[in-house]
Amino acid sequence: MRRFRTAAAAALVTALTAAASGCGGGSATNSGGSNDKPGELTYWATNQGSSIEADKKVLAPELKKFEKRTGIKVKLEVVPWSNLLDRILAAASSGQGPDVLNIGNTWSSSLQKSKALLPFDDARLAEVGGADRFSKAALAATGAEGKPPAAVPLYSLTYALYWNKKMFRQAGIDGPPVTWDELVADGKKLTRDGHHGLAVEGGNPVENAHHAFVFGKQHGADFFDRSGRPTFDEPGNVKAVKQYVDFLAADGIAAKGNAEYAQNQSVKDFATGKAGMLLWQAARTSLLAHGMKPDEWGIAPVPFQSRQDATASGGKTEVDSMVAGINIGVFQHTDNLDGAMKFVSFMTSTKEQRILTDAYGSVSPVLEAQQAKPRDKDEAVLRSVLSSSAAPLPQVPDESKFETLVGTAVKRLFADAAAGRAVTEKTVREALTKAQQQMGK
Amino acid sequence: MPDTATAHEASAAAARRRSPTALPRSFVWTRRIVLTLLAVFTATPLYVMVSSSLKPLEEVSGAFRWIPSELTLEPYRDIWRTVPLGRYFLNSLIVSASATACSVVVAVFAAYAVSRYRFRGRQVFTVTVLSTQMFPGILFLLPLFLLFVNVGNATGLALYGSRGALILTYMTFTLPLSVWMLAGYFASIPRDLDEAALVDGCGPLGALFRVLVPAAVPGIIAVTVYSFMTAWGEVLFASVMTNDATRTLSIGLQGYATQTEVYWNQVMAASLVVSVPVVAGFLLLQRYLVAGLTAGAVK
Amino acid sequence: MTRAVTADSAPRTPAPPAGDTARRPTRAAADRIPAPAPEHPPAGPGRPAPPRAKRPAAGSPLRDRVRSAGLPYLLLLPALALELLIHLVPMATGIVMAFKDLTQEYISDWSAAPWAGPDNFRVAVDFDAPVGEALLRSFAVTCGFTVLAVGLSWLLGVTAAILMQDAFRGRGLLRALFLTPYALPVYAAVITWSFLLQHDNGLLNHVLHDQLGLTDSKPFWLVGDNSFVALLLVAVWRTWPFAFLLLTAALQNVSADLYEASALDGAGMWRQIRHITLPALRPVNQVLVLVLFLWTFNDFNVPFVLFGKSAPQSADLVSLHIYQSSFVTWDFGAGAAMSVLLLLFLLLVTAGYLLLTNRGRGAADA
Repeated sequence: MRRFRTAAAAALVTALTAAASGCGGGSATNSGGSNDKPGELTYWATNQGSSIEADKKVLAPELKKFEKRTGIKVKLEVVPWSNLLDRILAAASSGQGPDVLNIGNTWSSSLQKSKALLPFDDARLAEVGGADRFSKAALAATGAEGKPPAAVPLYSLTYALYWNKKMFRQAGIDGPPVTWDELVADGKKLTRDGHHGLAVEGGNPVENAHHAFVFGKQHGADFFDRSGRPTFDEPGNVKAVKQYVDFLAADGIAAKGNAEYAQNQSVKDFATGKAGMLLWQAARTSLLAHGMKPDEWGIAPVPFQSRQDATASGGKTEVDSMVAGINIGVFQHTDNLDGAMKFVSFMTSTKEQRILTDAYGSVSPVLEAQQAKPRDKDEAVLRSVLSSSAAPLPQVPDESKFETLVGTAVKRLFADAAAGRAVTEKTVREALTKAQQQMGK
Repeated sequence: MPDTATAHEASAAAARRRSPTALPRSFVWTRRIVLTLLAVFTATPLYVMVSSSLKPLEEVSGAFRWIPSELTLEPYRDIWRTVPLGRYFLNSLIVSASATACSVVVAVFAAYAVSRYRFRGRQVFTVTVLSTQMFPGILFLLPLFLLFVNVGNATGLALYGSRGALILTYMTFTLPLSVWMLAGYFASIPRDLDEAALVDGCGPLGALFRVLVPAAVPGIIAVTVYSFMTAWGEVLFASVMTNDATRTLSIGLQGYATQTEVYWNQVMAASLVVSVPVVAGFLLLQRYLVAGLTAGAVK
Repeated sequence: MTRAVTADSAPRTPAPPAGDTARRPTRAAADRIPAPAPEHPPAGPGRPAPPRAKRPAAGSPLRDRVRSAGLPYLLLLPALALELLIHLVPMATGIVMAFKDLTQEYISDWSAAPWAGPDNFRVAVDFDAPVGEALLRSFAVTCGFTVLAVGLSWLLGVTAAILMQDAFRGRGLLRALFLTPYALPVYAAVITWSFLLQHDNGLLNHVLHDQLGLTDSKPFWLVGDNSFVALLLVAVWRTWPFAFLLLTAALQNVSADLYEASALDGAGMWRQIRHITLPALRPVNQVLVLVLFLWTFNDFNVPFVLFGKSAPQSADLVSLHIYQSSFVTWDFGAGAAMSVLLLLFLLLVTAGYLLLTNRGRGAADA
């Protein structure tokens, strides 16, 4: 009798479990979206401006405009970066989420594989004006090659070198460095009396992974081979990571305290004159927010390994930035498919692109919007980097794993260096090997 | 030793335990030194919280200073603007209060059954319920989320992202320990009391509500405080199961770390504002809590 | 004297259900155990008849008996339903997940995820390979952290509780101060600590380096090896008040007569503490240590708020490690397998602990 009840209870639990899991997920029934609720849309925006509230202020009038034009009411939620991926994941696994959403473009392949987003096949691309409207670099960061993009580019960003004009003048340096050797030499000149040459965001795995990627490219290495297998510990990558960590370790041009920076303190250090240089994506709005005047900083492309690389043209171009940015996608289980597509068209229209990218200090991935005169020196540099020397992060499904593992490994190397432990090629290789093996399976 | 010692009786007993003069000097000195150290350890972060909340932003983002060079109340004004703190406050209040109220009622029933009846499955129930305390919360997160979505789809209730889902979750989180503490408390109340009520013609529920519950007020308060505090501070589930409209305080507070700046003074000011109600409530009810725990879970 | 205290308190102890079950693990019929207040007469007239009791309550008609037999289940129903829905079903789902190859590929339709058999477990316990090695290290860190955090919290709690047993001026205020950290919401408390522990501008480095000159350079607390100490500091700060609260409560139940009697015997203060106070705390300690152990071992909030999504190696607690292994890298099968292993471990430890402590107590009772 007892046993029977236990068994019955177990059966009940099992049945409910099946209810939770089996038919769980995005119940394949309405896959591909529907038009059940044509009157409204839910839009998850990413935090682009200085704060969530600031973003709402930027977007509200545009959404009103869209509503006026189409009669569709857009419910906006600006999701903080700290829980965006968890929210998307939860939405993907449950089928309940927004209709349209912004994603970090580095997640494109992962999300493509998860089938959480509606693929932009040729027909859908045509609805937003066709692939030719977008810059090649930005389009390359929308998913695996040869597959329909998971989302279309919305805002583009690239890294650039920001330098403090006054500090450079005082140290007797003429202009921004073009090679890393120059950067280190300049950095050493700038590093005195509690000031440092460079500020790095050493405690932030994502930033670290981006830099590791670019340095790797410059050393002729990749973090994944053509078949998508991880190659973290190949010699070029080891050199790359060591070179980056050495800014804080061997070169000592970055302050030790940078090892725990993970809340954009490096931008603040640059803006307040604690550091003379900064490698960042579109820092303009932040710098202004910190009270820096536009003529106080200079902006230049991120340095290369040699002057030759920097001027290389025709055929093989060198890389000095990742293609950073935001893509906009349509959720697989949208219940307002037509409205969602209309909204994506609206957001990527040339007119809206100008308004939005101006507000956020980013570059428009829409070529037509790029034809306007650059609004400032920052945009001019970002545009040229985007069109000539930016490469997308590896478009593999395990990209987020790569960012986490490599970024964390670099974070730990920074911590070691800051604590006074030697960072050698050997320790770097060990760290990268371990990260690679954890890619698993 | 009274079974249902109230805090007053207990501290009175403690007071007459030994006359202060009888204490050896070595003990008194040890006490002074150790308690001072502990007080410093405990109070330092609290002091920093208060003092930083009164500093201008430049000062909190620079080198640490014990004494603020300038006092300002601005952070207390700004916190309401940087993030919609008022809404988060209301959400937390609704969620925590509802979860607590429901959890306590459910726990009272369950504890009554466990402490006053022998029945088949009693032990299975208690063991299973308590073992849920061992399950790592992270693993719950996704399945629970899926469950809410599916139940929502099946019944047409919008559970996901709603306060209801969070209320259900929190009330269940605190249930095991609540049942356990209350069962202990009920068990310490002499049975003659509720049996007398049964003889007088009350039904079992009458006995529960007219006799047992009034006698168990300290225990119930203890459970209430525990449940409320747990719900008020929870981070993990709130971060995935809420949206902009239903976000609770512990997630909302993260909004003071923006893309450009961590507003440390506002973080501290907001932390204080959200802490004061719980801390005050906790300290006010702490006497009952002690009594509730004494007679209940502790034994 | 010792004997007297334990003998006095233990049998009167209405055991908490968990202790209850483990204490008599071999008895066949659990429902025949006298209800948890043994000193009361088993069945008085008019008492709700226990179902299947050998002696039916005199004069109660069959219908009543049936009704009251169902009553306890009815009372339990809400709790049971909630536990089933919110705890057990997701738990079972989690266990199912552990046997699936649930990566991002299947996240939007995870019934389609292929069965992985024991693969996830094999990877997790292959301690020569990096995934298993990382898990093992994280596990070791967690064990060390838990032992130290629980030990220190208990020590501080018991010290403060004993020292504050006697009234003195300011005691109430001091008690309120000590309890405050426990009442603070986790996020508020931990974020304050992260402010104190900053490398450049934190209070701790200001005191250690700038004011006391104890260190040559400012140490790091939020990255690198010291982060273990930082985590411990925060955890103890938050948990010891709970130990203090519970132990204070327990001490108030120690009969004053015992102290008076021993004082007459000429026992000094310190001897009283050793022979009366500490033994009296034994039953409380059993519960307290277990609860602290489970909370600390599974703690997610503190390391998450303190270190973010990727904790330093020396403070990589297992719950955060599992979070990273599932939510950050999108491999829910692996994360679930690790969680199941963790659950098994905790079940074993808890069962062993209860068996051991109860045997110890049983011996003392005899």
